Amino acid sequence: MSRFSRMIHPKDDTQQWKGRYYPYDLVKELFIAIGVITLLALLLTILFSSPDDKPSTIAQWSQQKAVDFTTAAVKELDGTSPTAEYGPPYNHNGSGQEAWIIKPQKWLGVSHPINTEQDFVVGPLETIPNDPALTAALAQYKAAPEKQKKEWAEAYAKPLEETATAEEEKKTPPNTVSESNGTVVVKTSANAGPVPLMMASLLALAKSGGVDGSLLTSKQFFQTDYTKPLLFMADGGLLSERAEQQHLLGDQWGMMNETGSYPGQAWLWLYALWYQVEPFKASENADILVMMIMGVLSIAFICIPFIPVVNRIPRWIPIYKLIWKEHYRETGSA
Amino acid sequence: MSATPTTPGTAPAGPDMHSWTVKVREAGVEALPPEKLLPDGQPTYVASWIYMFGVASIASLIVIITSGSILALKGPAWWHDTSIGHFFNSIHMWGVELFFFVMVVHLWGKYWMAAWRGGRTRVWITGAIIFLVAVPTALTGYVSQQNFDAQWIATQAKDGLNSVGVGAFFNVTNFGQMYSWHILLLPVAVVLLVSAHVLLVRTHGVVPPFELEKRPEFAAAADGAPAPDGAAGAEGQS
Repeated sequence: MSRFSRMIHPKDDTQQWKGRYYPYDLVKELFIAIGVITLLALLLTILFSSPDDKPSTIAQWSQQKAVDFTTAAVKELDGTSPTAEYGPPYNHNGSGQEAWIIKPQKWLGVSHPINTEQDFVVGPLETIPNDPALTAALAQYKAAPEKQKKEWAEAYAKPLEETATAEEEKKTPPNTVSESNGTVVVKTSANAGPVPLMMASLLALAKSGGVDGSLLTSKQFFQTDYTKPLLFMADGGLLSERAEQQHLLGDQWGMMNETGSYPGQAWLWLYALWYQVEPFKASENADILVMMIMGVLSIAFICIPFIPVVNRIPRWIPIYKLIWKEHYRETGSA
Repeated sequence: MSATPTTPGTAPAGPDMHSWTVKVREAGVEALPPEKLLPDGQPTYVASWIYMFGVASIASLIVIITSGSILALKGPAWWHDTSIGHFFNSIHMWGVELFFFVMVVHLWGKYWMAAWRGGRTRVWITGAIIFLVAVPTALTGYVSQQNFDAQWIATQAKDGLNSVGVGAFFNVTNFGQMYSWHILLLPVAVVLLVSAHVLLVRTHGVVPPFELEKRPEFAAAADGAPAPDGAAGAEGQS
């Protein structure tokens, strides 16, 4: 057999142990292990407790960052927010991520349909009773052709987006957006139709907690699905601002971390690692590429006994001599 | 229910070999007789601290399931509202951290022993799958916490899962779905896998050291010192 063949198919000459045994109490060992691990968990609990930072709400977001909320809301209206353009499984407005000809996001289709215009803006506004001006504005908006709706929303969104971009680039923002008495005032250069009134009403509803409730409302009384409010909030800046303070952003090793100084999901380190390096760091398809790499590595991990070289490394690097030090010393054949 | 009743005071008839129950019992006993299932002795080469990490993984899992069961009994909001609830949540969280730590050390130890040798590939495979299934088990716990961590991790994790189509049926922003996966489906999978892993370890025994054929203990005749009762051919722990 050639050296290469031996590497591919290493001889397994492991034999059943016919040597000595020593008395050992496995059940006692298990109970001792349970005791030790319980004590360790108790000690860590007493010393460090566990994190429980309160969740954010849309009400908090709109109260603390009214301009950011309004910017996100109008982008939901004109279909330019991350959720609006996401594609499957939420809508058909994007093709989703792909790797070469592999497009599972597209293949699996829309399973949790979200129309950001209707679900995040128009729907919640329709729950506000006894407001003739808003009712008229909504009627005007809904009766308008799609092109007109888009022009109104973009006219209102433009100053807000310019302000957000300037703040992101740490430049002086144009003097077109301001906050006054809890409302957001936007100076538009084109006719925004009913959109300013709609946005002001949505901001007021959000501050009262009404949007939190309306995004959970479905045909059922009990609610357990937070997809809509979470996606709406993720389109804004409050969650990411809190996350950055807690070192949770993607370029800060993302979700393997946890609020505070807790270890978090440290076992995801390899998954998070790929997002820190090129070409994944800047790729629009980073998620599918990283997931595919981790899928291949996971299969390889399971198949280690069959992978040439990898299954021989333990033989070549004699860490086993440390593990079985006592055995080799007793048998005198290390 | 079709067995013929025996008269009191008479010896029972032999087992009905057509009985499925008897067949399953006899196959089980043959594959894993009691002295092999729970041996009271270990081969002398099982003498390193690294062997503790297998049983420590099982102990951590027991702590996780016990603390998780208490949290489940009281419902998902309890640990936010009471200090005793937060206490049990902390034990649960640190149990998970310990579980992954000892399991990773266990896996590394088994890798450097090449513990798949001697027909033990299924032992390695089940162990590796346990680790891979434990990851989403923990993730569903993190997104079921109903706090800021849950919000952030869910909104981040969705992109990876959606990109490969998993998001279509495994929606991390749906608390109800994630809670079900976390407290029932995935823990059951982990427990079943751990059970299979332990039974395979018991069946095949702990992998012997390298180059054992050069030593007298491995002579064809088993002429070494006698094993303790119930230890013959039944090497020990994971």
